[in-house]
Amino acid sequence: MKIDKNKLLKYKSVIGLLAFSIIISFVSPQFLTFSNILNVFRQTSINSIIAAGMTFVILTGGIDLSVGSVLAFAGAICASLIASGMNAFFAIAIALMVGTLAGAISGIIISRGKVQPFIATLVSMTVLRGATLVFTDGRPITLVSGENAERFSTIGNGYFLGIPVPIYITLIVFVAAYYILRQTRLGRYVYALGGNEEATKLSGISVAKIKVIVYALSGLCAALAGVIITSRLASAQPNAGSGYELDAIAAVVLGGTSLSGGMGSIFGTVTGALIIGVLNNALNILNVSSYYQMIVKGAVILIAVLLDRKK
Amino acid sequence: MAKPLLQMKGITKEFPGVKALDQIDFNIYEGKVMALLGENGAGKSTLMKILSGVYQMDEGELYFKENHIKFKTPRDSQDVGIAIIHQELNLVPQLTIGENIFLGREPVNKFKRIDWKKLYANSSKLLERLGIEKDPMELVSNLSIGEQQMVEIAKALSLDAKIIIMDEPTDALTDKETAALFKVINELRENGCGIVYISHRLKEIFEICDMATVLRDGKFITEDLVTNLNEDLIIEAMVGRKLEEQFPRVDVELKEVVLEVKNLSNEYIEDISFTLRKGEIIGIAGLMGSGRTELAKTIFGSLPVREGEVFIDQKQYTISSPKSALEHGIAYVSEDRKGQGLILDLSVKENMSLSDLKQFESFLFKLNGQNEEHMVRHYIDNMSIRTPSMDQTVKNLSGGNQQKVSIAKGLMTKPKILILDEPTRGVDVGAKKEIYNLINQFKKEGMSIIIISSELPEVLGMCDRILVMFNGKITGAFNRKEASQEQILRCAVGIEEA
Ligand SMILES: Nc1ncnc2c1ncn2[C@@H]1O[C@H](COP(=O)(O)OP(=O)(O)OP(=O)(O)O)[C@@H](O)[C@H]1O
Ligand SMILES: [Mg+2]
Repeated sequence: MKIDKNKLLKYKSVIGLLAFSIIISFVSPQFLTFSNILNVFRQTSINSIIAAGMTFVILTGGIDLSVGSVLAFAGAICASLIASGMNAFFAIAIALMVGTLAGAISGIIISRGKVQPFIATLVSMTVLRGATLVFTDGRPITLVSGENAERFSTIGNGYFLGIPVPIYITLIVFVAAYYILRQTRLGRYVYALGGNEEATKLSGISVAKIKVIVYALSGLCAALAGVIITSRLASAQPNAGSGYELDAIAAVVLGGTSLSGGMGSIFGTVTGALIIGVLNNALNILNVSSYYQMIVKGAVILIAVLLDRKK
Repeated sequence: MAKPLLQMKGITKEFPGVKALDQIDFNIYEGKVMALLGENGAGKSTLMKILSGVYQMDEGELYFKENHIKFKTPRDSQDVGIAIIHQELNLVPQLTIGENIFLGREPVNKFKRIDWKKLYANSSKLLERLGIEKDPMELVSNLSIGEQQMVEIAKALSLDAKIIIMDEPTDALTDKETAALFKVINELRENGCGIVYISHRLKEIFEICDMATVLRDGKFITEDLVTNLNEDLIIEAMVGRKLEEQFPRVDVELKEVVLEVKNLSNEYIEDISFTLRKGEIIGIAGLMGSGRTELAKTIFGSLPVREGEVFIDQKQYTISSPKSALEHGIAYVSEDRKGQGLILDLSVKENMSLSDLKQFESFLFKLNGQNEEHMVRHYIDNMSIRTPSMDQTVKNLSGGNQQKVSIAKGLMTKPKILILDEPTRGVDVGAKKEIYNLINQFKKEGMSIIIISSELPEVLGMCDRILVMFNGKITGAFNRKEASQEQILRCAVGIEEA
């Protein structure tokens, strides 16, 4: 059989993920159990959702450092609204809107103010973290029992047909992201903008609008992740999500999306997030101390990216 | 005939879906300029990229002075003494002219620090040799495409190479710059350099080349002395058939005025007024830097207007952005396909439909792939764009085929007014005629067209009216019948007011 080299290259991150999983399943038989696999998927869902939004941003050649802070801020707002007795559904909707708005503001600063994405989102990251601390007074907002709080808890802890709810949410996010990127005008514009901003402008496309939209989407995804975490822990931590931007960026890059924009796919991001998830899981199963985990994780990411560079 | 300085034998190269080169033989002789000719996508650039070590061949052999050689990297090729000026510019815009010329080969002093004085002195000498009046400390991003091309040429000269490959060097050059380049080529020839010269401008072949090799569809057709050839013979070898009249002009009855520009001014242009009728083709001639492109971009909304008015169909139109220009039926095809026209990493299809994707939008914002592909297919066939599929990345097309995609992209917006900036740059003779035919077809359908071109025969052959620009102003306006090459040239250098 003739193996198409190009197909192989296209799916190299998937192949990497599979190879990696097989090795781990040999080292630890515990890995390849149904419950553990579900576990991996659930643990990965937060990072996956954030990374999905990050993919849009990185495809345009930008970066969003504020996702961790947006996550915490949206989580805090959601928790406090529910704690004050608001219907969980409305509380979630408001939290998601707040996250979207926060992202859109970063987008406006970047496109209208002509500020580098790195700087603009570094600012949002700092300001929103501060705002969260002010808002929560530096203490977690805990959701005590009650019908409303219980219903809210389903999002992070519930099961449907034996599969955790966060996995369904992640799936929906990725299907939507795939649809937008591959089937709609917006998706084309995102790739075009990352490929050549000047030519995109001359094609009659409002580049500023696209930028605002992608950062808004990234904010929306981060807020959604915040809602899930808050629900899972039944509390909003003011320091939630710090450092998450790096995991999300790592997932996107591991998935083969170019940091300079214009090239990459949402499919790659799923695999990237799963590689990180599997790695985290394996290190836990193998009882590697959390200090060493960081070192190993860094090394694996480096190796993956290096392998990717050698075409 | 003397022994070749360099021989390429039986070169074959395949890309996914394309056999770019099939058993090609090619020779370069000492002290001779060898023309390499062929249609867009014939394989010229690919052959030269193999010779300069950018691509690896699948089959074939290289001999330098009868020694068998192999190139693994561009460096190997440089070490043998081969320099190449690529068709697509490869300069770093944020660096100065001098830094670009000596990039990676900066002269150093005895402490291994870069010897800036020497670098800039040497750069100055090179620029002078090419007759460019520019400070080597100027940033490349401030240069026009023509000037950037000259910097590429200076870079190749700085290598003191034995073989110099020039892939469409005059594509973006003014006549004056071209003359300066030819002077340098003559000097190089006298010093015994072997030169490869690729161009779609056949006149230049007779002016500067000693020999010619013709490729067609990746196959070797012939090698001969230029004195044994004429334009018709070359075209026949390239295209495989005879070509009739080059400018197939059609006359249509001119209807109402669709575009009226009144006293338009900004940083680049001054007091521009003209009208364009339905079915009319206006040519804008002028030297590079005369403000032609800037005028087009101002009308298209990508440069700000300071003063003046524009009317479309007698209604005043406030220029604000390319987006609104496109909505008003104005399309602009840039002269700089790589920098401003195309998105190189996207596919042929995605590029072509980008300016007017909205027409394919259906339920739930989904793009109707079938309609889109149907339309793209239509233009690929109509313009004979050579690509293995519409999903091929534009970057992988030959230069001339990229140009065609860029034009198709403008056409797909179905504009009322089409502005073409150097539309046939880098396009082969056969395809040029196809583009002219297409322009005529649109003219018959009632489209109005503005052609900006440095090629006077093209302007004279295709346009109903000709405007000449100099220093941002219109210095001459002619009807086709009364225009002559001399008059236009005089206006273009600002000698005469017509
Ligand atoms: N990197 C690549 N990947 C895939 N196909 C390629 C690549 N480079 C060139 N080709 C294909 O090889 C063929 C020859 O291309 P080449 O650039 O050599 O043409 P050319 O003779 O220089 O044409 P032009 O006059 O338009 O510059 C074309 O069909 C082109 O699409
Ligand atoms: Mg070429």
